[in-house]
Amino acid sequence: MPAAKRPLSPHLQIYRPQITSVLSILHRVTGVGLGLGTLLLAWWLIAAAAGPGPFATAQAFVGSWLGRLLLFGFTGALFYHLFNGIRHLAWDAGYGFDLPSVTRSGWAAVIAAAAVTLAVWVLGYATMGLGE
Amino acid sequence: MSEHSLRTALGRVSGLGSAKDGTQHWWQQRLSALALLPLAVWFALSVAGLAGAEHAQVKAWVASPVVAVLLLLFVLSGFYHLRLGLQVVIEDYVHAPGAKLALLVLNVFACAGVGLAAAVAVLSLHFRG
Repeated sequence: MPAAKRPLSPHLQIYRPQITSVLSILHRVTGVGLGLGTLLLAWWLIAAAAGPGPFATAQAFVGSWLGRLLLFGFTGALFYHLFNGIRHLAWDAGYGFDLPSVTRSGWAAVIAAAAVTLAVWVLGYATMGLGE
Repeated sequence: MSEHSLRTALGRVSGLGSAKDGTQHWWQQRLSALALLPLAVWFALSVAGLAGAEHAQVKAWVASPVVAVLLLLFVLSGFYHLRLGLQVVIEDYVHAPGAKLALLVLNVFACAGVGLAAAVAVLSLHFRG
């Protein structure tokens, strides 16, 4: 059957990115990213259960520049998904649907995620400093 | 309800709609999200406090029953939430029937498998060290 000639809505490339749409897809992207990151989490736990040798290998990877980069992305994705998730729960409960609130809560989620991610990493480096 | 409705009385009462599972998926995703809010914050802070830790330190940490229970809750609700979320992503973007079914099955198996492996690791670390 030939496709009906219906009008198409503008494509994603034509729409100007807005805070609402960008944060919405970012929630999905970080969700899938966290899914991949759980593999690292599972490896870390299984390595710890397997004993000091395997655990040292896992810790060495986590401590390498690549491991730290992945872990930093994981932390950022976790806190963005967490704070934006609070927005979703509030919407589900019927709060904050008007556009000014949506814009404000969106920026709040981005800023909170950045701030808490940095705070957790400061704590991590402070811990390592104490350990030495 | 209109008397012209084609829905049966039983269908109306059960309220499950044409997908046969009603709001179950939606509700489970919110419940696991709510559980993960405090658990994820606790986990991130705890792991930051273990940065560069030796094996013995991690062992001592999981030896606490409170830590073991919180870790299990985090791992299990996390993988459950992941399974529900990835399912929606697959349903939204994969339209070829075969690939869609295969990915939906793989999603459930992978989340259950990796999640249980992580949970058993926590139990093993707690009981055997």
